[in-house]
Amino acid sequence: MPESVFAPWDDPSEEPLIRFRNVTKQFGDFTAIDDLTLDIFEREFFALLGPSGCGKTTMMRMLAGFETPTSGVIELAGQDIAPVPPNKRAVNMMFQSYALFPHLSVYENIAFGLRRGNMPKHDIDDRVAEMLKLTRLEKFARRKPHQISGGQRQRVALARSLAKAPKLLLLDEPLGALDAKLRQATQFELMDIQEKTGTTFVIVTHDQEEAMTVASRVAVMDEGRIMQVATPEHIYEAPESVYVADFIGDVNIIRGTATPLGEQRYSISHSADAPPLVAVSERPFATDQTCHLAIRPEKVSIHAERPDGADNAVQGTVLDIAYLGNISTYHVALPDGQVIKAQTANTRRVSRRSFTWEDTVWLSWTATAGVLLAQ
Amino acid sequence: MQRLILIAVPYAWLLALFLVPFLIVFKISLSDVELAIPPYTPTLSDGLIQFFQALDFENFAFLASDDLYWKAYLSSLQIALISTLLTLLVGYPMAYGMARAPEEWRPTLMMLVILPFWTSFLIRVYAWMGILSQEGFLNQFLLWTGLIGEPLTILNTTTAVYIGIVYTYLPFMILPIFAALDRLDGSLIEAAEDLGCSRFQAFWLVTIPLSRNGIVAGSFLVFIPALGEFVIPSLLGGSGTLMIGKVLWEEFFNNRDWPVASAVAVILLLILIIPIVLFQRNQQKQAEAEQ
Repeated sequence: MPESVFAPWDDPSEEPLIRFRNVTKQFGDFTAIDDLTLDIFEREFFALLGPSGCGKTTMMRMLAGFETPTSGVIELAGQDIAPVPPNKRAVNMMFQSYALFPHLSVYENIAFGLRRGNMPKHDIDDRVAEMLKLTRLEKFARRKPHQISGGQRQRVALARSLAKAPKLLLLDEPLGALDAKLRQATQFELMDIQEKTGTTFVIVTHDQEEAMTVASRVAVMDEGRIMQVATPEHIYEAPESVYVADFIGDVNIIRGTATPLGEQRYSISHSADAPPLVAVSERPFATDQTCHLAIRPEKVSIHAERPDGADNAVQGTVLDIAYLGNISTYHVALPDGQVIKAQTANTRRVSRRSFTWEDTVWLSWTATAGVLLAQ
Repeated sequence: MQRLILIAVPYAWLLALFLVPFLIVFKISLSDVELAIPPYTPTLSDGLIQFFQALDFENFAFLASDDLYWKAYLSSLQIALISTLLTLLVGYPMAYGMARAPEEWRPTLMMLVILPFWTSFLIRVYAWMGILSQEGFLNQFLLWTGLIGEPLTILNTTTAVYIGIVYTYLPFMILPIFAALDRLDGSLIEAAEDLGCSRFQAFWLVTIPLSRNGIVAGSFLVFIPALGEFVIPSLLGGSGTLMIGKVLWEEFFNNRDWPVASAVAVILLLILIIPIVLFQRNQQKQAEAEQ
């Protein structure tokens, strides 16, 4: 592996900055976090991704110190942080609502945390100036939060939480209140700032695109458990479960039974009147084991005639066409009723659409295009 | 035209219910006392020229020369200030507790604050006489517990006046503070703690400044009526309690000196204008901040 790749999670000698060990959190009867174990490393940009109510915010609040685990241990730099109150932790949080103090100016908001320590006045001034520069807010230092725009408020919140140079910065849906354009720009800004400051970031989000864009690793959560922790590419291309495959991006799931063909190749029969499909899987499957073949739409190509030499080819009729500008998604119904989505890039500006509704078409994909999943 | 009417209505209201009565009182304050009905001279029946010639500032000069009056003003200011402070000290924790209470409890707590208004104010003050007197409930209770050997004298002292004012005006303090605290975003307190504040620092640096408008509004709502308060000092206070409201009453009903009483009232109003203007500005600023 080349030196430049940042992957401390693959290095067994690396000590994690944060370590969740069998952490469970219950609110009355409700289990928010269920026996969770997780390592987060220094300088990581770690994303907790999941639908609302999956426990991601609870995890963040436990890191900040606003909740304590019912059982299990959370370690920060090798120390159990359960007995440390929030104001004594080297952890800062950027709140979803930003939680800027409305009675203080932008400058005073950023200086708020610094003034709680015994930092000399001119050092505070220097640090605030540095933060204002980092977030390009120099011109707004004297303004009150209600006198600046939403995007600027977001940057004040970021500057304020970074001012104390925490070991760990928590971001709770930091871009939720911004519109799509600003959101995208801010995502890159966040990555830039994370790289410049070298702080470990943990971001909570329900937006998979956001998680994929910013994070070095993504943890997909559901009902208080972590379904998979991996890099964005890995999560997308090699999901470990149907849940993860379905949660991240668009996917076709074909349910069937596996028959080993040898050399990691499997034949999957999914319908009585269709020939079996072929897929390559590193994960072993037994004969007649139920399996799910997950294929991303962009890996399915669409043809007028049966393509020669394709590993898998199925015939169907075009049900729907979604034109998205850069790409078009075709919904193709197979004879057994299953709908498969296929995507093509619209590389030419004014192209005659090759297929239209009710056309009979052929879909094909290679044996390695899909991922074979047990559940 | 419509706008003119819209503006004219409140001004007509103000004119009829504030300015006209004030001018009548002001006119009486410039008159002289006389044994007649009405008990002052001149009246408009004397003819316009005579009427204006007879008006003078004699009564105001009298108020300035007799130290009873300015002592009563000062003592009223002092009592109003101290009782406002006491009401704030009692009311703030109550409002804070209400704002922090579980959602389903709040209507009940709010009800408890407002409930005393269902009984006449006068009856409630009389009830305090029953509680605070030498053989009242409080003394009997304290004697029973053995905390004191002989009954305390509370009724007919300034202490009883403080108790009465704090009790009566408490809801006016609690409600605006509660309204301010209720709007306070809980994540602000968490943010303060996250940035290194202890619980107390977070309260002092975030909760108090953000409930400032409620504190100011509540304080004025207590201070302004307490300054001119008459019933409480006259029923609960003794001869040692000097308040301008009581002086006013005595001038009107005991001395039947309407001109001097009116002069006392005019000056009281002038004193009250300052806090009223400040209160209005606070309300306006709050309304602007909410936009």
